[in-house]
Amino acid sequence: MSGTAEAAPLISVENLEKAYLGRLSIADRLTGRTHTVVQAVNGVSFDIKRGEILGLIGESGCGKSTLGRSILRLQEPTAGRVTFDGQDVTALSPSEMKAMRRRMQIIFQDPYASLNPRRTVAEIVGLPLQLHGLAKTASEARDLVAEIVAKVGLKTAHMDRYPHQFSGGQRQRIGIARALVSHPEFIVCDEPVSALDVSIQAQIIQLLMDLRREMGLTYLFISHDISVIGYLSDRVAVMYLGEIVELGTVDAVLSNPRHPYTQSLMSAVPEVDNPGQRQRVRLTGDLPSPLSPPSGCKFHPRCPLATDVCRTSVPKPESVGANHTAACHRLAENLSLLETEPA
Amino acid sequence: MNIENQQNLLQVEGLRTVFETRAGTVCAVDGVNVTVRRGECLGVVGESGSGKSVTFGSVMGLIRSPGRIDAGRILFDGKDLRELDARQMRAIRGRDIAMTMQDALTALNPALTVGEQLAEVMEAHDGDLPTGRSARKRAIRERSAEMLGLVGIPSPDTRLRQYPHEFSGGMRQRIMIAIALASRPRLLIADEPTTALDVTIQAQVLELISDIRAKLGMSVVLITHDLGVVSEYCDRVMVMYAGQIVEQGATADVVCRPKHPYTKGLLGSLPRLSLRGQAINPIEGQVPELINLPKQCRFYSRCRERAPECLQVIGMQDAGNGQFARCIRVKGEDIK
Amino acid sequence: MTAVMREGEAVANTAAAEESIFRRNLHSFAENRLALGSAIVVLLFVLMAIFAPLIAPHDPAETDLFRRLQPPAWMPGGEWSYLLGCDALGRDILSRIIYGARISIFIGAAVVMVATTIGIMAGLAAGYFRGWVDVLISRVVDILLGFPYLIFAIGLMAMMGPGLINIILALVYKEWVIPCRVVRGETLVTRELEYVEAARALGASGKHIMLREILPNILSPVIVVSTIRMAHVIILEASLSFLGLGVQPPTASWGAMVADGRAFILQAWWVSTFPGVAILLLVLAINVASQGLRDAFDPRFHE
Repeated sequence: MSGTAEAAPLISVENLEKAYLGRLSIADRLTGRTHTVVQAVNGVSFDIKRGEILGLIGESGCGKSTLGRSILRLQEPTAGRVTFDGQDVTALSPSEMKAMRRRMQIIFQDPYASLNPRRTVAEIVGLPLQLHGLAKTASEARDLVAEIVAKVGLKTAHMDRYPHQFSGGQRQRIGIARALVSHPEFIVCDEPVSALDVSIQAQIIQLLMDLRREMGLTYLFISHDISVIGYLSDRVAVMYLGEIVELGTVDAVLSNPRHPYTQSLMSAVPEVDNPGQRQRVRLTGDLPSPLSPPSGCKFHPRCPLATDVCRTSVPKPESVGANHTAACHRLAENLSLLETEPA
Repeated sequence: MNIENQQNLLQVEGLRTVFETRAGTVCAVDGVNVTVRRGECLGVVGESGSGKSVTFGSVMGLIRSPGRIDAGRILFDGKDLRELDARQMRAIRGRDIAMTMQDALTALNPALTVGEQLAEVMEAHDGDLPTGRSARKRAIRERSAEMLGLVGIPSPDTRLRQYPHEFSGGMRQRIMIAIALASRPRLLIADEPTTALDVTIQAQVLELISDIRAKLGMSVVLITHDLGVVSEYCDRVMVMYAGQIVEQGATADVVCRPKHPYTKGLLGSLPRLSLRGQAINPIEGQVPELINLPKQCRFYSRCRERAPECLQVIGMQDAGNGQFARCIRVKGEDIK
Repeated sequence: MTAVMREGEAVANTAAAEESIFRRNLHSFAENRLALGSAIVVLLFVLMAIFAPLIAPHDPAETDLFRRLQPPAWMPGGEWSYLLGCDALGRDILSRIIYGARISIFIGAAVVMVATTIGIMAGLAAGYFRGWVDVLISRVVDILLGFPYLIFAIGLMAMMGPGLINIILALVYKEWVIPCRVVRGETLVTRELEYVEAARALGASGKHIMLREILPNILSPVIVVSTIRMAHVIILEASLSFLGLGVQPPTASWGAMVADGRAFILQAWWVSTFPGVAILLLVLAINVASQGLRDAFDPRFHE
């Protein structure tokens, strides 16, 4: 771990922003109304080292998927910079970007929506080879596809079947094969196991871990499931309403969570071990609408520790230990929700 | 025996529900026995295709062609629901037994306000409403606001006039619970009430259900795939696999001392914070197709402990303390 | 309720996995007796059009003034070799109906095919690129939808003059709008699906995504709509012919035949009635068959 810490990061994200403009009707334009802005990702920065797994956790609507897609420029970021292996991805021309796509890939959440229902497995998995001219002949392409299909644990005899002939777990394997066939270095895993049954989830997690070791992959692993993230990541980033509120090694963040949101998130997970013995932080209210985010610290309307400062000023990320930062005004007081509220 | 029956609010015996498909008859629920005692919370765990939703869909009389209930008795408070006609069934459904669906957005009527949907249930099922028109209306409005308050929705009076799409996912789930509870049912069947929700909201909704259970003294069946949820909120649990119950018992026993290899496998394949760095042990293979199943243990092909003796019909075995498992390795008497 | 059914379906679906979606759809279409019967009627009309010279008992243009307004065979004065009687110029009505099917079906098919091709291209572009492309195409569509169809076609025919090609052009000018709107809507939905995003993530071009990823998946509803529209086009062609703006005599056309008989409707009802019945039968058969097709192929109508 210490050796890789000094190496240059494979991925470096600096102040990345993605805003969506609301639609304006003609009436809006005539009355001079301005666009409503949804700041889905708001000034996010982090690095991922080669071979590392960074877990990104957050609830739905917090912007974690948008962040993953902005890094790959599947959605154009509105500000900030993404550097991949020393190259500024955000400044690449369309043709350079196309070449870059071979090296960075994505695995999707929904194994049903992410495969074209009218294509066979061989066509789906072979598409990257075709697009990037990675195979000289059709038979070479088929061999490469067969190799990766076998590697993800599918039968090569099933290569000419259509997606609807497979179960959810098998489809997810097809999606993984498609992402890996061009031998990329970096993969965004966007909730790859959330749509799967528990026993299948474990199979896919195991597969992703094995493939990482064999192919030397780097993952940005997006999930809402803190158990999954905690199980497989090296470092964790906790996201709330477009911002990273806490970032650090898994051990630091999960055994000593410093942001009240991380603390409440951890206490909300029902666990098989020691049910009922954990303290529970009850959050009130729902995730606020990103259309009208709260002022100051975005967590303040739900935060049991919120004070006047939190309502007005935005907290900056501060170091709270080795490789561990959090953004909260009340860090210095060293409060913990987990301790203050008895069970 | 009689006293035991008195305690049981719902008793399902030998339920078999099948779906006719072109490929053959799919036996989604095969010989399931369920008992739900008064006031308890029963967890039902299983993966998709295990038959957990179909079992309770059958109880609610929601199975439609190409599906049908092939065999079994469904006793609710001593009455066999299968012998009731459609009108009597409607009266029970919604009044005595209520069900909440996984997907609150599609389960609520988008064209009616929340208040109208609550009023509909009360009109249909509440006998103690006053008879005068305006008094009735006022009573319904007051009670609706009270229900929304009960499920933790702030400013219920204004919220009653809003449509489902104006609420967030967690709020919609609560509204569905409010509608389910509007008739003060004796049994609430909650089908994956939190699967579509975030963890912080999930905790709120589950705690809400538990609070109301304590307050109204109703029984709850919590259908879920999440063993963590079961161990925190349920008194007893039954684990289903491929249309059968494979294990049941008190939650603490089943979760801490699982007897069936499938339950063990499920627990072993949960990625847990406490297991960081250790390899997880996924259950290999897939759920079998439910057509023309051979007469043997259904988990056989995926089981780590399989033996030649497993290739026969296996009944539930008593593991003591009210824990039962469908596995030959459980020492105890065969209870058919 | 939906969840319960969904679980049952999931079970059923894995069981039927070996069967392709297309064959399953075809199967459910075949189970719909009425639709199947209608499809056979349509097929018979098509065969009749193709093999007209072999089937028709007489030359459709051959006049015989001695048989002027001769009644159908079963009426006094009728002849079995002139089954449906003759028109004012003594031409065999049955033969003219058989030949007229060629015009109706050819124009119907040609218009729908050309219009669907244009509609697919415009709709894909509008739905995929959105922005100003979409605004431009959608405005044109809105404007065209604002004109009454028949009056629009009459105006165009008046400008271009009659003729087979001109009829097709006059109808295509507006007809493409229908598939265009369907394709645009479907494209807007499909372009957001993850497999389309996956193709973009792999570096696929816009052309590849539109033609290879999106188009095959939206074709079913487009084909269904196009068959329904074919019935409309046949009626429109008949209307134009009725007004004298269609194919010119002596070529047989059902609409023109109905118009020809108007003057004698009291003495010789058969001159107008039989071609009218032919239009009714074909249009009805296409409508019923295409609704069966819609039920079978468009999953949104599966209940």
